[in-house]
Amino acid sequence: MVEAGRSPNIEILTSATLKSIKGRAGNFTAEVFQQPRYINEDLCTACGVCTMYCPRPIADVYNERLDITRATHIDFPQAIPTSYYIDPKACLRVNYQTCNLCAQTCTAGAIDFSQKPKNMKLKVGSVILAPGFGRVGHDVLEKFGYGRYQDVVTSYEFERLTCASGPTEGHLVRPSDQATPKKIAFLQCIGSRDVTCGNGYCSSVCCMYAIKEASVAKEHEPDLDISLFFMDVRTQGKGFDAARKRAEEKYGLNVIRARVPKIDQIDSKLALTWTTDDGESHSDLFDMVVLSVGLDAPEDAHAIADIAGIELNSYDFCKTSHGAPLSTTKNGIYVAGAFQGPKDIPESVTQASGVAAIASELLKEGRGSQTITVTYPDEDKALEEEEPRIGVFVCHCGVNIAGVVDVKAVRDYAASLPNVAYYEDTLYSCSQDALKAIAQKVKENRLNRVVIAACSPRTHEPLFQETLRSIGLNPALFEMANIRDQCAWVHAQEPEEATQKSKDLVRMAVAKARLLEPLAQPTVDVTQKALVLGGGAAGMTVALSIADQGFETVLVEKSKVLGGNLRKLTWTVDGQDARKILKDLVRKVEKHPKIDVMLDSELESTSGYVGNFTSTISTGGKTEMVNHGVMVIATGGKEYKPKGYCYGESRQVLTQLELEQRIAKGKSGFKTTKNVVMIQCVGSRGEDMEHCSRLCCSQAVKNALKIKELKPDANIYILYRDMRTYGFSEDLYREARQKGVRFLRYTPDNRPEVVKQARGIKVNVYDRLLGEEISIPANLVVLSTGIAPGENENLSKLLKVPLTQDGFFLEAHAKLRPVEVAVDGVYLCGLAHGPKGLEEAVSQAKAAAAKAAIPLVKGKVAVEPIVSRIDKATCIGCGICASLCPFNAIQMVKEGKRKKAETITASCKGCGICASHCPVLAISMGGFTDEEIFAQIHAFSPDGCGEGSEAEKK
Amino acid sequence: MSKAGAIMVLGGGIAGVQTALDLADLGYYVYLVEKKPYIGGVMAQLDKTFPTNDCAI
Repeated sequence: MVEAGRSPNIEILTSATLKSIKGRAGNFTAEVFQQPRYINEDLCTACGVCTMYCPRPIADVYNERLDITRATHIDFPQAIPTSYYIDPKACLRVNYQTCNLCAQTCTAGAIDFSQKPKNMKLKVGSVILAPGFGRVGHDVLEKFGYGRYQDVVTSYEFERLTCASGPTEGHLVRPSDQATPKKIAFLQCIGSRDVTCGNGYCSSVCCMYAIKEASVAKEHEPDLDISLFFMDVRTQGKGFDAARKRAEEKYGLNVIRARVPKIDQIDSKLALTWTTDDGESHSDLFDMVVLSVGLDAPEDAHAIADIAGIELNSYDFCKTSHGAPLSTTKNGIYVAGAFQGPKDIPESVTQASGVAAIASELLKEGRGSQTITVTYPDEDKALEEEEPRIGVFVCHCGVNIAGVVDVKAVRDYAASLPNVAYYEDTLYSCSQDALKAIAQKVKENRLNRVVIAACSPRTHEPLFQETLRSIGLNPALFEMANIRDQCAWVHAQEPEEATQKSKDLVRMAVAKARLLEPLAQPTVDVTQKALVLGGGAAGMTVALSIADQGFETVLVEKSKVLGGNLRKLTWTVDGQDARKILKDLVRKVEKHPKIDVMLDSELESTSGYVGNFTSTISTGGKTEMVNHGVMVIATGGKEYKPKGYCYGESRQVLTQLELEQRIAKGKSGFKTTKNVVMIQCVGSRGEDMEHCSRLCCSQAVKNALKIKELKPDANIYILYRDMRTYGFSEDLYREARQKGVRFLRYTPDNRPEVVKQARGIKVNVYDRLLGEEISIPANLVVLSTGIAPGENENLSKLLKVPLTQDGFFLEAHAKLRPVEVAVDGVYLCGLAHGPKGLEEAVSQAKAAAAKAAIPLVKGKVAVEPIVSRIDKATCIGCGICASLCPFNAIQMVKEGKRKKAETITASCKGCGICASHCPVLAISMGGFTDEEIFAQIHAFSPDGCGEGSEAEKK
Repeated sequence: MSKAGAIMVLGGGIAGVQTALDLADLGYYVYLVEKKPYIGGVMAQLDKTFPTNDCAI
């Protein structure tokens, strides 16, 4: 968010709505209407005085109306734009020409009631729709007691109630009497999977957020008793099942599988009544009930559709198809995020990058024609070389730090430290106005080192360093003391000690800052070519997108044909012809002038770094070298081959993919079929593999419905653990139930058993409703075998890209960097990342294509300044560093008679393993030299300095 | 007629913001149109995120 606020090429238009779109793909004119803010964003310092004086109280919508704010306010302190805002509906001045208090008290003169609504006509080549999702209606919530019983709250409200910056500052209280609840129930599927409210689909995110909210509540109140009522537990995302299990165990969450309970109030308690799938009825009393509200289509979906000229699906989400999930029904207009269908953050982020690739394919001729390039002022080398003049800025982080640590005392303490030429406390040092102020102070006081005592450098260091660059200082002349995580948070109960520790950290940071030196920031040229590993649906999509964006692409496929697992599919879950999708993709790839397809080929070795890789590809014994700037892993996965269940012993036992091939042949394969039994989670979810394979549930209902088409009187049984037909696939699940497919739930400790008999086979399974084991004679047993990782170990070692415990490639960040990996310039998509359906694989492939194209577009990459430096005079050439480097970033070079180590700076990640193992201390790390670290340690040790510092002794 | 080098993104939630960032990195000028007075969408209202409990802001 902050990044978007700082980008010179992103113009943020808030309080703005789209009025019309004219023209065609490549050249649209969009008319946008913008309401006035009545506060000049550039002048507002976000000091908050206007809110203090505003006499008009209004419900705080950001806090779900659980709190009161004023007509002039800011939603939250880190908001972008970091400017206050006047609600025109509530403001006395706007509505009645009375009051003018805010304007009179604003010392910055930012309040401007002369602002008028604006109409803008924007010339754009493409329009991306990302309006998000809407709220489930009040009438739906009322069915579950919301509005009638005070202590029934929505999940949005609960989110704010547990948030430290929320209306109760994170103290969990129930609305009726402000008492801390002891027993809470979460009800799932509110406004989801419910045809009575018009939302037949599954919202896909509520199971996860309920578990998260329950876990956070337990962190606040460890003695809480929490029950969650699920119809099915749908934690099908990558690593989500494992996270759910951990949360259940760690917090003792009580998971109940039942339809949504009935709710009544008895005195001050809420009485829930529910029926479990063994037919038993239960009831219990709770202090508070949280409704896990689903994601609805945006309220303005129809308006958007009319303006953009696109079609919606039956639930008012944007109409798309599994083969082209990000394309609307109109060329040049694309969609990403929850408007495309309910989805979580990683999926939204993936689609967001994916849609960027599609727009970039369309508009490549216009690329760069309207962008603004930022130039930084030259570094003031003379100032940098002067005696250190250190500025110390101590951040309140609102109450996050100042609620525990005495920030002003820490600030005053900093004044006593040597070389500190300026000191100040700031409310939120990361806010845009504070950054401006810091830059101003650094310039005014000719500071050449900056220490910020705030939060974590992991999240905020780049932001502050950017500020330094903008005023001509080398970003390495910066040091952070993390007094939030390491003081305010971990010592929340000991404010005095936390303050003392903050002083210690600031003293240490200042000691280090005195020795900081500027570090070079070189850039390297990029070879504008991509290498894509894997020629399945994901790999072909990536290659096509990168090539369509204008760059040469080499596509390497291990087998003799393109297509991968897509070759085995007949239909997609949304009923499209998978073979046609395959044919189209293969045709486009084969005839694309910028794509070089290498079949029967494998990556043998690779060297280099982002922008400059050299890979050896072997094709039937022959090898070829390819120079490329980026690389995408799209090597796929494979169908898990089941053990047991009489698979391979009886021709009547198939996998879902084998069944699909039989269905494709038509009725003949099912002439004598009476009973079909499908068994879910064969191999998955703890049987052999730990992960959930995500798509088998949808695949099973899809195939069950196909069998019903071919043979309507067939009895179909699906034996499952949780039906995970998330999103719009829920429609298929419901249709299957309506058409008589029987669903029987089993538990992992009582798995179904396939028994071969003299004639035919039977399946024994425990029927929970009857309370006894039943035996189903079957003509066909279909195993939903899930997805196993490919042979990833070799590639993982070759590229130094780590794998997850389940054997899939590990992304750089599960939420915010879902298609990048730990190694720069290498990207990831498809089944190599984890199990997923075609729709998700295509979105992810587009996302990988966008990320991979970024260095190709830029033509240059900046090299990390924190790299190892080897003092060749001291180096004895032992080679320990080179053998230990996990990034292949040290090479041994012959110099005269001896070998010496040399860092390949572009590959170096600055991990420091080499420096810590060098027997002669010849290696130092930029920004972390031995001298700097020793200075920090000395500053800490009591004998070294005590209250002052070592400099005081001098 | 040559194609425009600017793109409009409607919606300033996590999807819109990420799209805008990537498009800017890919060499396009972006208009990020948000109906509310602030960007961030629903994600800015979340305290923590599943499963890593990272801060949402």
